Amino acid sequence: MKVGILGIQGDFDKHRKLLDDLQTESIVVRYESELSSIDGLIIPGGESTTLTHIIRRTKLMEPLKLFAEQKPVFGTCAGLIMMAKSVDDYRIEPLGILDISVSRNAYGRQVFSFSETIELSDIGKQSFATGTFIRAPRIKSLGTTVEILAHYHGEPVAVQEGAHIGLSFHPELDNELYFHKMFLAECESKINFTDKSNVA
Amino acid sequence: MSKGIFEIKVGLAEMLKGGVIMDVTTPEQAKIAEDAGAVAVMALERIPSDIRKDGGIARMSDPEMIIGIQKIVSIPVMAKCRIGHFVEAQILEALEVDFIDESEVLTPADEVNHVWKHDFKVPFVCGCRNLGEALRRIGEGAAMIRTKGEAGSGNIVEAVRHMRQVQHDMKSLTIMDKEELMAAAKKMGAPFALVEQVAKTGKLPVPNFAAGGIATPADASLMLQLGAEAVFVGSGIFASDDPLPRAKAIVEATTYYDDPEKLATISTGLKSAMKGLDMAEIPEGQRMAERGW
Repeated sequence: MKVGILGIQGDFDKHRKLLDDLQTESIVVRYESELSSIDGLIIPGGESTTLTHIIRRTKLMEPLKLFAEQKPVFGTCAGLIMMAKSVDDYRIEPLGILDISVSRNAYGRQVFSFSETIELSDIGKQSFATGTFIRAPRIKSLGTTVEILAHYHGEPVAVQEGAHIGLSFHPELDNELYFHKMFLAECESKINFTDKSNVA
Repeated sequence: MSKGIFEIKVGLAEMLKGGVIMDVTTPEQAKIAEDAGAVAVMALERIPSDIRKDGGIARMSDPEMIIGIQKIVSIPVMAKCRIGHFVEAQILEALEVDFIDESEVLTPADEVNHVWKHDFKVPFVCGCRNLGEALRRIGEGAAMIRTKGEAGSGNIVEAVRHMRQVQHDMKSLTIMDKEELMAAAKKMGAPFALVEQVAKTGKLPVPNFAAGGIATPADASLMLQLGAEAVFVGSGIFASDDPLPRAKAIVEATTYYDDPEKLATISTGLKSAMKGLDMAEIPEGQRMAERGW
């Protein structure tokens, strides 16, 4: 299995280190051709305006949407914004991968950034995780097929729809492996499913 | 200071990696910078090349101008305080700027001490010419380091010198015996714990950006290939003939910094870059990089 991390701008290197810790092969993706060799894509934190500009200029919008129709995508912070169906800001052209609407910088400027405990919905081995929110977005509404993976103060901060996962915080800054493991499991099951259907 | 505050400050610096931070002096310029794909803007009253030309004392910007820029853009807004001027820093924090640059571009307020940056919730970036200077600033609480370069010169030579020096100093530490580290710390005037950390990792404990003299897409790529994780462009954009295409080109060059074919396309058809200054044209006492200790 090989995971791609969108390397247009942002903390892609942090995600890469975390995948190294999980012994998962990864590449930084900046060209359309690189999408064909990966089993899942991470859109990291960064500035969503910058991501929008470069994605437009390098004509990656359609290839990324097409990729999401076939394989799992995982986004953190700016990545979540890019995955949303709608964003409260004309400057952003999101990919519409998750049926959610988000509000940018919704907790305020950097002096209001914070790191707190968040509550996981699936209380298995672990019921809490650390969430570091940097000028973070808020999930304002979600479609009926979207599942909430974690809450902070009663609000959804991590969601999943189909094989796609989006978080408003940065597990990559805290070495929090929970969500990356979940994403890798989605990539794994997609590979197994595709293999089986090829045989059939 | 409560636990984790420093990590949150470094967290924002992490998010700016692979991006371009642009100096702007008006809300209109800030808008152009955001439209071009800048990850943040630095709000200041005069770009460094004009500060150099005009002379006089360069101070923190008028809050009204900073607020004007905060209203118009959605990306982080940075602002500069004078070296050691912790009250300018307090005011900038009260204005909720996202990053403070304790900058040699402004006239220093204290010729011995820098701001104690751990006392602030807002993160700081500081310039350096070598590893010792970088680690002293990190010891004081800087969440991001940049080269000083020579601001307002349009000349990349000093930024290259400073980035190469920092990289060289870090490499030297990684091959030293444990016994040698204390002497190295003493020689470079840096906190021992940080020297020890760099000896282990070979990297700065905070993001390492480049600034000072970047004027072309090739300059941005050069700094990234030398190890910078993002770039600041000061006078290079708005002192050039056609700022928007140049700003866009530098943003794209920062993403595709290691792809010469792309860089060739990106660099094609831009109007003149800022004229720039040879270092010999800047008298010793007037070099901004010499400010800070």
